[in-house]
Amino acid sequence: MTHAAGVDVGSTQTKAVIVNEEGEIVARALIDTGANVVQAAENAFRQAVAAGGLTEGDVGDVIGTGYGRYRVTFGSEQITEISCHGRGAVKMFPATRTVLDMGGQDTKAIRVYSSGDIQDFSMNDKCAAGTGRFLGAASAALDIPLDQLGTVALEYHRPVKISTTCTVFAESEVLSWLGKGKKVEDILWGVHQSIAVRSAALLRRVGIEEEVTFTGGVSRNPAMVQAMEERIRVPLNVSEDSHYMGALGAALFALERIQSGHRARAPEEAVS
Amino acid sequence: MGSFNEVLAAFDLPVVFPEINSLQTAVRKSAHELLGKAEDYGYSPDICGYVKADVAVQLDRGNHPTGRIPKPGIAVLTNACNTYIKWAEFWERLHGIPVVTIDVPGPRGPGPASRSELENDRRYLEGQIRELISACEAVTGKRFDIDRLRETMGHANVLSSAWKRVIELNRSRPAVFNALTDGTVFLGVANGFRGTAAGAQYFQRLVEELEHKAANGIGTTEDERYRLVFVGVPCYPIFRRFNEMFSEHSGVYVNSTYLWFASGGANRGFEYELARPIESLAEGVLLNVRSAMESMFYQDLMLEQMLENYAVDAIVYHPIKSCRTVSTGLADARGALGGRRDVPSLFIESDMMDRRVVSEAQMKNRIDAFFDGLASRRMRARSSEGRTVQ
Repeated sequence: MTHAAGVDVGSTQTKAVIVNEEGEIVARALIDTGANVVQAAENAFRQAVAAGGLTEGDVGDVIGTGYGRYRVTFGSEQITEISCHGRGAVKMFPATRTVLDMGGQDTKAIRVYSSGDIQDFSMNDKCAAGTGRFLGAASAALDIPLDQLGTVALEYHRPVKISTTCTVFAESEVLSWLGKGKKVEDILWGVHQSIAVRSAALLRRVGIEEEVTFTGGVSRNPAMVQAMEERIRVPLNVSEDSHYMGALGAALFALERIQSGHRARAPEEAVS
Repeated sequence: MGSFNEVLAAFDLPVVFPEINSLQTAVRKSAHELLGKAEDYGYSPDICGYVKADVAVQLDRGNHPTGRIPKPGIAVLTNACNTYIKWAEFWERLHGIPVVTIDVPGPRGPGPASRSELENDRRYLEGQIRELISACEAVTGKRFDIDRLRETMGHANVLSSAWKRVIELNRSRPAVFNALTDGTVFLGVANGFRGTAAGAQYFQRLVEELEHKAANGIGTTEDERYRLVFVGVPCYPIFRRFNEMFSEHSGVYVNSTYLWFASGGANRGFEYELARPIESLAEGVLLNVRSAMESMFYQDLMLEQMLENYAVDAIVYHPIKSCRTVSTGLADARGALGGRRDVPSLFIESDMMDRRVVSEAQMKNRIDAFFDGLASRRMRARSSEGRTVQ
């Protein structure tokens, strides 16, 4: 059986997904990107191969995506994560027409056709406000692990309004609210709302058409999902694998290449 | 730009264009040093990069990467850009030179002006041109020679009609020149050599060359897959690389609003009546500058007119941080045109001078995704055509 892989080298984490001939996920891997992008791509791919009980020879094609896509040196092609998130989201939720991808340093609003191809897109520009980095700043200021921020935020009662849109200043604003005696959960909900406002503006630029699928690492944060749904008043599709959507899309493109008769990877292109 | 070269050339005044000198520093990778000097002097990072680079050059006694720029004898400007006025005040204070600011009445709204409005504006402008002539006489010590003005206006007529023809020739498929790269070089000649025999000759030869290419199907590239229009001011800090990010996907710029507004509207091909030179000069400048302003403020209407003529596949909007005059409203223009016509577009922001706000990796990501979308759009169109044929 031929398999295909996608490796999504993001600013914070690198994800790898392997799909079977039906485009179903058979293995996944997630590691921190770190400073060595080439190594991160290779390690993620190897881990996914091992997790699937496969050998590298079982993988007919690999496509790289994400900011480090050109460093996926063993891949046959590079495709932007914008295209890959669109393709992955439609595979996961076939009625998807709008995708919100929130990652470590950028947020993207993507309109897609029913095929998953891009119709229009909009991204944050040279500023990490409204992205996962904003949550990272809050996490550092409050000394709460990133993966617990959402759960804590949902305990809010009297949310504060975070006025800064700058990630650099977010930490000092969070600390100033703490100094005024505000509760951590109320501050955190304010942080999530602030991100939701900026992300909703990006979505409106491309037009919000249902269904809307939320992808990227931040989609695993339940408070972010709730804040976005309240802001745009549309329910969001969120999958357990939302974090892997870019890598899934890349793997699906790789599968298409194999099935359309494109050259599979040559043995010397294998990682090892 | 270049609007009054005819008058200045009639007095044999060598003309220096500060905007062209400034953008040259960005292309030559030295703009950041000059911007830093101007900011140390007190200018804000948000102020026009052309102004700041020029301020740094002027403060350094005219030392420029291409040589020393002599101290000016007179500064002539229009109000086509609101920053020009403050910029000229700087020269006036630094060099103690006379400044002539020509107030060209702009359009009061979209669409054509009434005949009486135009005639009032023309007479207003004619009076200012006569004041400019007096100022030139005072600076040079020469008497104004109207036949010499006719001569320079004749050269400008040749250049203007050729400039219009050059732009029209890019309706050819494949495009005979790249409007972003080649076009910007032509634009520099059109502005710097307007009203001179050399400028007229250059453009006559250029038209000959491009007509030959058009007649023989010789394109500026062998692989033209997407015909693009550029809206805004080029990204000079990575001038060549910016274009490469599109040409790598076989995208070719066939037209650019920059060739319209930065030529002071010379793309209209207006030809002066040499029998009544000053009156006609006023009319030409008025109509051209109005058109240049419309190219900045109502470009959606002008872009719409060329979608079919130039077989445009997509439009690239490039707002820049340090010039709000040309950038404010681009998003609205994109939205307005997108609401009327189904034309794909890309919106990427950077700067014409300041590499601190030029993020090549982010740009490339957007551009690659944009072409992913264009490719899928084309594939969908083909498969839908296939279904129709069956």
